[in-house]
Amino acid sequence: MQAVTLDSRRLPTVPALARILPGGGLQSGGSYAVRNSTSLAMALLAGPSATGAWCSVIGLPDFSVEAAQGFGINLERLILVPDPGSQWLTVTAALVDVVSIVLTRAPEHLAPTEWARLKARLRQRGAALITLGSWKQSDSTLGVAESAWEGLGSGTGHLRSRRMKITATQPSGRLRHAYVGLADLQGTPTGGSAPSAAYTPGAPGAPDSGTHTLFEPQLVRSS
Amino acid sequence: MTSALPALPAGSAHATRTLMFWCPDWPITAALREHALPAETPLALVDRGEVFACSPAARQDGVKRGLRIREAQARSTNLVPLPYDPSLDERTFEPVTTAVETIMPGVQVVRPGLCAVRAKGPSRYYGSESEAARVVFRTLAAMGLTDVRIGIADGPFAAEQAAKATDQLDDDVEQLLVIPAGRSAWFLGSYPLEILEQPKLTVLLKRLGIRSLGDFAALRASDVRNRFGIEGALAHRQASGLDHRSVVARTPPPHLDTVADFEPPLARIDQLAFAFRSRAGEFVDTLREAGLVCTALHVSLHTESGEASERRWQHPRWFDADDVVDRVRWQLQGTNASDHGLTSGITRVQVVPEIVENLSDHADGLWGTGPDEGIHHGLARVQSMLGHGAVLTAIVAGGRLLADRRVFVPWGDAPAGQQQAAAVPLKDRNQPWPGRLPGPAPATVHAEPVPAVVVDSRGNTVDVDARGLLSADPAFFSTGPDGGRHAVHSWAGPWPINERWWDRKGRVLDRFQLVDQSGSAWLLLLEDHAWWVEAGYD
Repeated sequence: MQAVTLDSRRLPTVPALARILPGGGLQSGGSYAVRNSTSLAMALLAGPSATGAWCSVIGLPDFSVEAAQGFGINLERLILVPDPGSQWLTVTAALVDVVSIVLTRAPEHLAPTEWARLKARLRQRGAALITLGSWKQSDSTLGVAESAWEGLGSGTGHLRSRRMKITATQPSGRLRHAYVGLADLQGTPTGGSAPSAAYTPGAPGAPDSGTHTLFEPQLVRSS
Repeated sequence: MTSALPALPAGSAHATRTLMFWCPDWPITAALREHALPAETPLALVDRGEVFACSPAARQDGVKRGLRIREAQARSTNLVPLPYDPSLDERTFEPVTTAVETIMPGVQVVRPGLCAVRAKGPSRYYGSESEAARVVFRTLAAMGLTDVRIGIADGPFAAEQAAKATDQLDDDVEQLLVIPAGRSAWFLGSYPLEILEQPKLTVLLKRLGIRSLGDFAALRASDVRNRFGIEGALAHRQASGLDHRSVVARTPPPHLDTVADFEPPLARIDQLAFAFRSRAGEFVDTLREAGLVCTALHVSLHTESGEASERRWQHPRWFDADDVVDRVRWQLQGTNASDHGLTSGITRVQVVPEIVENLSDHADGLWGTGPDEGIHHGLARVQSMLGHGAVLTAIVAGGRLLADRRVFVPWGDAPAGQQQAAAVPLKDRNQPWPGRLPGPAPATVHAEPVPAVVVDSRGNTVDVDARGLLSADPAFFSTGPDGGRHAVHSWAGPWPINERWWDRKGRVLDRFQLVDQSGSAWLLLLEDHAWWVEAGYD
């Protein structure tokens, strides 16, 4: 991929996600799509925000700032534009100029020339674009393939922790995945044992698609 | 010996002829005007638990300065205690000073309520000193100030004492006392030493058998200077009616506000923005010439039919001309037509700076002021595209429902990290808030509630009765208009929330957490037998 050249700079990324992203983390000038999880997008924002970068959220009126704070996003440096209306592209381009990372809903339609110009701007400014919802033109697509919550019974308890299988797909079809807990994404490691395991499909003996159970990452590593 | 002593200030031969006007109990007058209280209110201004000033009505009840507030309230049961605010005195006295400056130049504000003017010029212009004083009386009476005392004497000290001595005059004559030139020493002669306000000197002189200013003035100046030093010599000069102080006139502050009148009235926003642009530029330039920048301003718009729209605008850095025009435009646009409520053309736009700061505090560094400047320019661009309220920063506040816990502040309304400026008083998130959500916060909180359906295994809607008991375990649910039907994997609830049961606006609802078979979690509300999605853990 052209976006992942050697001289491209890397933005700080939560370790759990850094291992499955191409190039070992968020690249400045890169664009990423997050298919189905706002939490995952927040985790991507959290890395740069923790180092003092400005973040921006465009066109997501349902974005929960409390959860964002839980992920370690600095609210004082978080700009929200809940309703850009018909000026999505102008607003996004204006914010790409000034902030380091932009989270936005994937546009309905974007002409290839407009996308090329936005892309050039991203690379020039060293910002990264994260879109919520699948978007084919992005450098990498992340998503939660499987998810399980702990703490809830039938009528008892409350949601405590979540384990997810996160996949990262590149346009070439390369797929990586990792098993992480919600606490890993929030930057609070759970302890000594490595909670996540990443592998590439090209590795010998590794099963390709995740039909295994979610709570046995050891099984994956040993195989 | 004498040569070793420091020299006295020059100009001691002639004291400056001074007109001193005094508005007694100015803090009380200011507070009555500010709070729109009737003049006969028994009012006391309280400073650190003690009465600082009190109105005549309160004084009649026995309240006096220095009394503890509880004691004062016991003496005057209808007493209205208000905190003493020195800035209020100065603010309300400013129009008085300005009014006097229009009729005679060179006004020195000794303190709010007491002003000195050089008497020489006005007395020649108006014919005599007492005529000049009458002009001041008339000017201040036109502003509604009737209780004004004026003293004219040699030097500010004697003039102040003369103004205070008008207490001895009858109520029906005008409160004016003119001490003829050269007679100030005689006038001051009978006063006790305490009015010099030099306690150590007073005690010493009293031990020497000197009890009045006249006795003190009778001593030889060189003897006083040798014995009491420079302070004593200056006090001696005051007592002799040769005041070393002169009247130091203030420079009237420049007019920083700007007004634009439009004739014929302007009906369109772009017309107004265009017509006001040059005026906004002048406004910013005037500030810059004064070495100031404006960080908060007040915009008032007046229409042909007499309506007015007023609003205060803040700026995270400082206003330049485009920013001022933008604020005027936003105030007019609002979010909808009813917001500003103006129905006819704009005739007048007034911009008053509310907070000005020194330009040097805001000057750009040699290599710029870092990334925040760029941030601000970019966001101001987006704001001028979408409107002021479209670019937000967020604060997490207290509350039980998730929508209550986030508060949005338009960019620029409150400086980052300063929460007091939010439009609504913020609830403290550190309070316990019983009933708030435990565990990790959901990532999606719906701004508008999304309807949901929750049914049990037989297909009946799940409900909660008056005792908080569930009709049946939830088995299936669907969210949103097009959300598919999910089977419940695990669930918890109902968690009752009974907010402000005494208030009609309070809400009574039950909260549920549901996880479907695919491992997605939802937070649902049951309010008044209807199900809503509050949030999603996606």
